[in-house]
Amino acid sequence: MTKLTFIAFDGTRFDVEAENGSTVMENAIRNSVPGIEAECGGACACATCHVYVDEAWTEVVGEPEAMEEDMLDFAYDVRPNSRLSCQIKVRSELDGLVVSVPERQG
Amino acid sequence: MSDVTKTDVVIIGAGPVGLFAVFELGLLDLKCHLIDILDRPGGQCAELYPEKPIYDIPAWPSISAQGLVDKLTEQIAPFNPSFTFNRMVSALEKLPEGGFRVTTDENEVFEAKVVVIAAGGGSFQPKRPPIPGIEAYEGESVFYSVRRMEDFRGHDLLIVGGGDSALDWTLNLQPIAKSVTLVHRRPEFRASPDSVNKMFALQETKQLHFQIGQVTALAGEGATLRSATVKGPDGDVEVACTRLLPFFGLTMKLGPIADWGLDLHENVIPVDTEKFQTSTPGIFAIGDINWYPGKLKLILSGFHEAALMAQAAKHIVAPGERIVFQYTTSSTSLQKKLGVS
Repeated sequence: MTKLTFIAFDGTRFDVEAENGSTVMENAIRNSVPGIEAECGGACACATCHVYVDEAWTEVVGEPEAMEEDMLDFAYDVRPNSRLSCQIKVRSELDGLVVSVPERQG
Repeated sequence: MSDVTKTDVVIIGAGPVGLFAVFELGLLDLKCHLIDILDRPGGQCAELYPEKPIYDIPAWPSISAQGLVDKLTEQIAPFNPSFTFNRMVSALEKLPEGGFRVTTDENEVFEAKVVVIAAGGGSFQPKRPPIPGIEAYEGESVFYSVRRMEDFRGHDLLIVGGGDSALDWTLNLQPIAKSVTLVHRRPEFRASPDSVNKMFALQETKQLHFQIGQVTALAGEGATLRSATVKGPDGDVEVACTRLLPFFGLTMKLGPIADWGLDLHENVIPVDTEKFQTSTPGIFAIGDINWYPGKLKLILSGFHEAALMAQAAKHIVAPGERIVFQYTTSSTSLQKKLGVS
């Protein structure tokens, strides 16, 4: 299991144990993290699971692929550390990962 | 008043479940007309994830969403359903003599004895970009689509987005606009490379302006837009504009369904599990738009709902007629309808 931390827009922390191979989005939904809508269910087709990756983690997490970048065009307040959480697969190197939820999903 | 199209059943929504309803209703000799806001059949399968494989359609270990839509279209072809695309149903009224009148947002009128709402997550509508106060300008200075190009002649246009809609309208409106500024958050585009090249060529000759960034604020009086603030890599830029065209894709909204006098339960329509009928007899709801205890939003559940709904619809269209339950495998009369015998 890999530890993930979600920080909701109001500052509430959600520390969760995530299974490797699952997506960060799935863990947000399973743990009812507010502000992650995931309208399309993880198809990289809606940009409503937008998160900001903590600056300390951006390198390990990596850059979005072209399709995800395209989808991020539809998100609100996109920053250099923006990712769609359905496109981040949980793996051991991400143990301790912190992501924050934006003010709104589009 | 435009002409009235009469049919047995109007199906609102041409997603997989609406399409399969044509099959089940067709086996019972009911003619269907489908209305959908998109420009083609398939609903979410066609719009959101056409290339994605679906793994829980019985007998298809894996099928792409578009592949499923294509197969359904092929399967219902013998029943010759008619379609109205690019339209949203704006009104649904009960007729005094029985049946229903369905009106689209372009005032086309349909009359049917039965209405089936297979509207999934609602109708696809353009996403409103999260710019504070944008609502005040909508309809006069801010538009999410171009219905008449003339409305943009002589204006300072601000177009936002990086897809084909944004680029196509940038290129099409540039010759008639006073000025065009295209704003996109990065220098890469989803739009076709050909359009992007043409846009950069116009930027080169200063016939339009391309600005990297995100629109953060609008300024003007009442509904009349004067300028927009664009947060770019080098800080805020003020762009003078009298028309704003944001292209941020589509989202699903329940839309006018909420005004049809049906009981709703958190934006979905409660139905019984025998007929999948709504609180109004003669109006059915199937697929993701309905709710009942134990509801699962699965395509396969929608197919089952379509089959049971069709039996109840037949009783309404042909009251008193006995329905003989038949299998397509053995019934020559069903096979005749399918054109296979």
